[in-house]
Amino acid sequence: MNNNYFEVIRAGVNTTFQDKGRNNLYHIGIPFSGAMDNRNFLLANKLVGNKLDLPVIEFAYQGPLLRFYGDKINIAITGDIIFKLKKKDHEIDGNCYETYQLDHGDEINILSTNKSVYGYLSISGEFDIKFQWGSCSINTKANIGSNDGKKLDNGQKINISKINLNQERKKINYLNSKIENIRVIKGTNYDYFSEEGKKFFFEKGFTVSKLSDRMGMRLEGPKIENIVNTNIKSEGLLKGVIQVPADGNPIIMLSDHGTIGGYPKIGVVASVDYDRLVQISPGSKIKFREIELSNAETLFKLYEIETQNLISQIK
Amino acid sequence: MIKNISNLGDSALYCDFGIEVNKQINSKVIKYFHTIKKKEIKGIINLTPSYNKLIISYDLRVTNFKEIEDKIKNLEINETQKINNKKLQIPVCCDASFSLDMERLEKKLNLSRVKILENFFNKEYFCYMTGFIAGMPFLGDLDNNMRVQRLETPRVKVPKGSIGLTEQFSNIYTFESPGGWNIIGNTPLEIFDSSKEKNPNLINPGDVVIFKQITLEKYKNYNE
Repeated sequence: MNNNYFEVIRAGVNTTFQDKGRNNLYHIGIPFSGAMDNRNFLLANKLVGNKLDLPVIEFAYQGPLLRFYGDKINIAITGDIIFKLKKKDHEIDGNCYETYQLDHGDEINILSTNKSVYGYLSISGEFDIKFQWGSCSINTKANIGSNDGKKLDNGQKINISKINLNQERKKINYLNSKIENIRVIKGTNYDYFSEEGKKFFFEKGFTVSKLSDRMGMRLEGPKIENIVNTNIKSEGLLKGVIQVPADGNPIIMLSDHGTIGGYPKIGVVASVDYDRLVQISPGSKIKFREIELSNAETLFKLYEIETQNLISQIK
Repeated sequence: MIKNISNLGDSALYCDFGIEVNKQINSKVIKYFHTIKKKEIKGIINLTPSYNKLIISYDLRVTNFKEIEDKIKNLEINETQKINNKKLQIPVCCDASFSLDMERLEKKLNLSRVKILENFFNKEYFCYMTGFIAGMPFLGDLDNNMRVQRLETPRVKVPKGSIGLTEQFSNIYTFESPGGWNIIGNTPLEIFDSSKEKNPNLINPGDVVIFKQITLEKYKNYNE
């Protein structure tokens, strides 16, 4: 059948196939999923000459070690990633945002993300994987998507169904900007919190907890006091919603979040900061800054233009 | 019909239908949900109906709050439209190995096991919404003497198929998941099937569910 594949020698911490995610399924309890950092997902595809919405491999912290079997193929890695390429007779340190050609037997060793969380590996071609509701995105919680809805495992194969004919090498100079200040729009239950709680929320910093994953980012810091009710009637959630449960520690919903929740919503992260939010690693500090809806809309537009400009710079 | 519309972040409309939770208000939410879904309004990417709220999320690259708000405000809703619902029987086994919180329920409700089961089974429950985890239905209303609070400390793992009770509602854990509801029994029925992309949920908002008690033997042979 097809002779092009990767052998997963080491799967890494949380390695999954991701793409643009799934729409129109919240009402049955299926979240959006998709690549956590959308800009880096798009750039990964562009660098290997793919259509921008094709599946890529997303990894967190420590990525996979893969050995390639087959004809030549180009790959690219985006994010802030430390990785090595092992060719037949030498090993090189890889640069992000640059395509490399793999030959039969070459290995990609993604050692770690550098003071960030997620990275992306794209191939100039297509993985042979299953789509559900138009997306390959793996949701390990409901076992939805490619790879039976499970993260990649040691020893498995990743089949490649198609390799692009055009194998041009591309490159872009890009540095991921890191941010500490996250802009937040007041939530629908903002008034549930005490004056001091609201003040702490916007003035004091929080620390990102180790218990963060694709579902949510848990924060530790000053307790946000609720003076109305620590529960609301369960209602819809969205990516970026910040809930505060009874213990006073905020949780930010991320791409694989539960679709319904019953904790008060103190705020929602502005879309412009989402890609950078997910890259803030456990132990790091994070601060919230209030932003009005109209500013958030404008800033997102500018961020999108910037993303499109970056994409068009890759020729 | 919608009491108040506000923004939830920069990519969603938060439609509030009132503070109570009852069938009438929820039916309005479901009617809005069906109408908007059918219209396929440009930019809308998700709808989340719940007891008394409807959250409409949109793609900020395509549209914005004002545009979607205008469209929703000017929407004509047919009040008399019939929601296409079905009546379902769900088999539940309440063997001690499944009813993890029976003792707690007996204590909190001050009712015997026999009485609790008698109150719970063979009654019609309305599906208000589905979600949290894929396909989980939120059903109501439980009799007044059957209402308890969530566990003080939620379980890290609630077994798949578990039937939980909290306040006026009952739910079904479609996957193993963390959860704080009082577990009364377990169903062998698949409530969510991701291979059926058109309709993966067995139970949908507006449906009516009747729980039927089955023996452990019947439970074990159910999927054979």
